Parts: sequence; C-alpha cells; structure tokens
Amino acid sequence: MSTTALSLPFEKRITEIEDTIRKLEVLEPRTGDVRDQIRAQRKVLNETVKSIYSGLDPWETVRVARHPDRPQLTDYIDLVFDEFVELHGDKFFGDDRAMRTGFAKLDGMKLMLVGHQKGKTTKERTECFFGCAHPEGYRKAMEKMKLAAKYGLPIVTMIDTPGAYPGIGAEERGQAQVIAESMMAMSRLPVPIICVVIGEGGSGGALGIGVGDRVAVLEYAYYSVISPEGCAGILWKSHDFAPQAAGALKITSKHLHDMGIVDDVVEEPLGAAHRDPYQMAGRLKMYLLKTLRELEQIPTDELLSQRYEKYRQMGRYLEESEASNSTSENS
Amino acid sequence: MATGKPPAGGAEKRNQEGKSGQEGKPTREKRGVPSGLWLRCGGCGATVFRKEVEQRLSTCPDCDFHMYLSAAGRIAAVLDDGTFEEWDGNLSPTDPLEFEDKKKYRERLIAEQKRTGLRDAVMSGSGMIRARRVAFGVTDSAFIMGSMGSVVGERLTRLVERATEQKLPLIIVSGSGGGARMHEGIFSLMQMAKVSAALARYSEAGGLFISVLTNPTMGGVAASFASLGNVIFAEPKALIGFAGPRTIKATIRIELPEGFQTSEFLLEHGYIDRIVRRAELKSEIARVIDYCGWS
Ligand SMILES: [Zn+2]
Repeated sequence: MSTTALSLPFEKRITEIEDTIRKLEVLEPRTGDVRDQIRAQRKVLNETVKSIYSGLDPWETVRVARHPDRPQLTDYIDLVFDEFVELHGDKFFGDDRAMRTGFAKLDGMKLMLVGHQKGKTTKERTECFFGCAHPEGYRKAMEKMKLAAKYGLPIVTMIDTPGAYPGIGAEERGQAQVIAESMMAMSRLPVPIICVVIGEGGSGGALGIGVGDRVAVLEYAYYSVISPEGCAGILWKSHDFAPQAAGALKITSKHLHDMGIVDDVVEEPLGAAHRDPYQMAGRLKMYLLKTLRELEQIPTDELLSQRYEKYRQMGRYLEESEASNSTSENS
Repeated sequence: MATGKPPAGGAEKRNQEGKSGQEGKPTREKRGVPSGLWLRCGGCGATVFRKEVEQRLSTCPDCDFHMYLSAAGRIAAVLDDGTFEEWDGNLSPTDPLEFEDKKKYRERLIAEQKRTGLRDAVMSGSGMIRARRVAFGVTDSAFIMGSMGSVVGERLTRLVERATEQKLPLIIVSGSGGGARMHEGIFSLMQMAKVSAALARYSEAGGLFISVLTNPTMGGVAASFASLGNVIFAEPKALIGFAGPRTIKATIRIELPEGFQTSEFLLEHGYIDRIVRRAELKSEIARVIDYCGWS
C-alpha cells in the first residue's frame, strides 16, 4: 500500500485514519494497549474504505480511474507478464511513447501486448502526452497487431487514455484516418483479441485499440464517448457540470456491463487498484489467462464471425414493423 | 431516366425539381438578413439571391462557397431522378440512457424531427447513378449536428451489408459537426466499430466505397466510415478533422494555421484523393465507378 498516495477529496477520512495508524506504529515502547489501538484503527480503516468505495458516484469513479497512483501499463508489464520485449517504431514517422507495443509472455503463453502509457513521473508524463497517443502510436499498434496475426500470436490491449491527442501534428498525420483503419483492421485479425480498459477509456482514442473478442473493464475504470468535462462544456456550457455529465453518460463498469457494452468487469481490491497494485495485477492475470484459454478453443472463422456479431448488436433504436405496425426496441 | 443529360448542368436542373428544404441551413437565421428571397453566404458574407443559390446546388454565386445541403438535396444532386428507394426508413432513435442535460434527449429528438422532417441524421437506400445501381447513404448535419447515434450507425451498417450482398458500389456522403452523439453515450461510440467492421467485410468482398466528405466532417464520423473510402472526395473548403479546432486551441494554446483542417489541408497532407465541386460530384463518382465498380 502506498503511503504517499495523493488522496482524493472523498478519501480524506481514509488518509486521516492511515496517519493515526502510522503514528501509533512508531510509538515506543509498543505496549499491549498500543497494539490494541492499532488493531482497532485498522478495523475502522477497512470499514471506512469499504463504505466509501461501495458508494462512489460516477464522477468519483472517474477521479479514481485518473488517480496518479493508479497502476499503469508498465506496472502490469512488471507484475502480470514474465517477459516483455518492446517493439518500438511505426516504421513511418516515430515511436510514440503514449503507446507501448511488444511481445510478452503470460505464464509461458506468447502474445502481443499493446497499450497506452500515461507516465508516472513529470518527465515521463510529458513524453507520453499524458497517455494521449498521436497517429504514429495507433499506426505502431496496428503494425504490431498485424505482425502478431501473421505469426499466430493472440493480442492483449490495455486501454488507458483521456483520448487521442488533439493537436496540429496529429491532424496533419491523419489521426482520424488511422483510428478508423485500426478499428477496421482489428475487426478482421485472425487471432484472439482481448481488450481491457485499465483506467480511462477515452472515446475514439480508446476504441482505436479496443475492438476485440472480449472487452473488459476494471471495476473503477470508465469508458466514454467523450470526457465528462468535454460533454459538460458542450451541453451544459460549463466544465463545472462534469459530475452531472459523468452521471448522464453512464460510463461506470456496472453501467457498461448492464448495457452489454463490455463482456466482463474485473473486480478491484478493497479501495481500488492504487491501494493494492499487486492484488490487482494478480486478478488481471487470472482474467487474461482464463479468457485466452477460452478464446484459443474457438476456430478462427467462428472467432471472426462472433467478433462481428458482438459489435453488430450494439446500438439501441426503435424498429417499426410494417406488417403489424408494431414497434420493437432493439437492445 | 437522366442518363443522357450532361453531367454538371443536368444535376443542377434535376436538383431544383427534386429539392426539399434545402435553403441555407435550417438551424438559425443569420442576424440581419431578411429571410425568404435572400440569404447570406457563410463564405464571403455577401447577401445573395436564394433562388440563384438553389439553382447552383446551394453554392454561392459570388465565391462558390459550398453551403449546407440537406439529405434530400444530396439525393437529388447525386442520384438519377426518381431512382432513390429508401432502406430502413422504419428505424427511429430512442433514448437508451434517459439522457438529460439542460433538455431531455427525448424532447430534443422530437424537436429535431419536427424541424428537419427527418427521423434521424441519416438517409440511406439504393438508387441509380448514370443508370448504374448503387447503395447510397448521406448524413444530414442539420439533425443534432449530423452526429452518429444508433440509428445512423445501424442504417449505415445495413447499407454496407446490403451493398456487400448485392455487389453494389457504395457511396456515403458525410456531414457531421460533432461525430459522436453524446446523448447516446457509449452506444454512439460503438457505432464507429460497427460500421468499420461492416466496411472491412465489404472491402474484402471486393466492394468499391466512395466516401464524400462535406462541411463539416469531424470526430467519430471522420474517425470511422468517412476515412475508410477506397476513393475519398471532399467538397472544397470543408472542415474535416478528428479533434475540433476549439479543443486543439485549448490544448496547445497557439493560434491554428490558416486553412487548418480544410479539404485543401487534407489534400496537401495526402488524406484525400480529390477535391470535387458539388456540381461535378455526380459525374466524378460515375467515373470512378466506371474504373473500379462491380459490373
Ligand atoms: Zn460567397
């Protein structure tokens, strides 16, 4: 558990209890009474964390998904995989640090890992544009995924981005086109693809590496068509309405699962991934292993037609039937 | 049948006859401009004779600025007279998130339907271009910015699937200011994947997709079907891009270069094949089909 965790406003009470425990722990001599107090405080801490995290509203969930201490792709590379062999460039323009790609081994299973990296230090965050990839990032991802498909390696993508980078260079180098092509290519790659939203699932930038056979989100990750701030700015004319927008957009794991947008939700440890990255990594590893084994049993033709059907069914609309003049709602 | 008519002029004449509600953009009246006989050009600011604008397929007689053209106007301008058969006109939008900002999405939909006469921001179906059958889709940027909600995604996907089954060339004319339909949340985002997956199959089957970008084509529409044409045309001076200029400006905090995200900018950077004036669109499409289309 990180002791330097930058706490979120709704975590204030948690931080206070943690401070109390820390003070008790350094007390000399450690009498029986002190030990009892520590035990009691730990119990309070557990209950407080549980009660706060079971009642997070959508905007608070977004704050958790963006927590600076939340595990990122590179953490999972260390904690989930036996090996990672990074493959760098897009063979066209550059090596986007907001997108990492390479061979990886998961309990001996070989695969291609693709994911966004936001950065942990100020320097790394700047290099990674805070997880906002440029066209060269998506082009790199696409190239490596095609490489994987050629040699029969399954693909795991980890999504964690506020969105694709909005900038002059990004537009000049075809941000729209490369995201479109990446989705189109992913829909047809003849190997199993698992996509996991580990933090922020920001719009087209997320979907650009998000088309697969199974899509999962971590419990406190979110996935949205637009950032709550962006939506608030347009529809409410002020970013101050981001909490309202976060609620209206239905972007939490529970909503996404209920609406049939994601296949699975990977449960996070008590108090979210940033409070226990090891346990989080363990659960993610279990999920990936189980799902990869499942997908490997499916013949390729079947896999591709299931993948097509999965997206084919997304959308809700009314369809009037001409014969009976009745209206049915597709879901 | 209009096969024998000359390319550009013929299309213009037909459009006058087949027009419906294609005066300027039916959103808001420009300040100080008398409605009715005259309208103000969004390109040069001149006050121009409405009738003349309509005769020119909603382009400015002074500066050739390409103004808004409705879905019905597009159909009239591109397809042979009276050949359009609508597909999936029985689909209507719903409100899957029970979305409410300052206004309820349900109410917004009803208001937009009344104002535009459309059920949603899309028309799709089949028709003839120079007597050759094509699958044709168009998004109408007057309906909630031409954004891609579930109905737009579903109708375009069905269009692509039918084009695949029936081996038809596919033409989609895009106009979308927002790209995604925020009010339908994640369902809207997923339409990008759905249509793109259908286009992947169409392309593998040997289909010819001609994508026509018009002002504006942004966000999720630009980042999905609109960019996936085998041949991509854009009307002159259209705004086309992924991120909106305001978002970019807010992020990088410098002035954007002149002409940024225009058709001409895209042509220069290699993302579109040709800039095509509206008057020549039909004949240019027909020519590409001649070269590449299933026959
Ligand atoms: Zn003008």
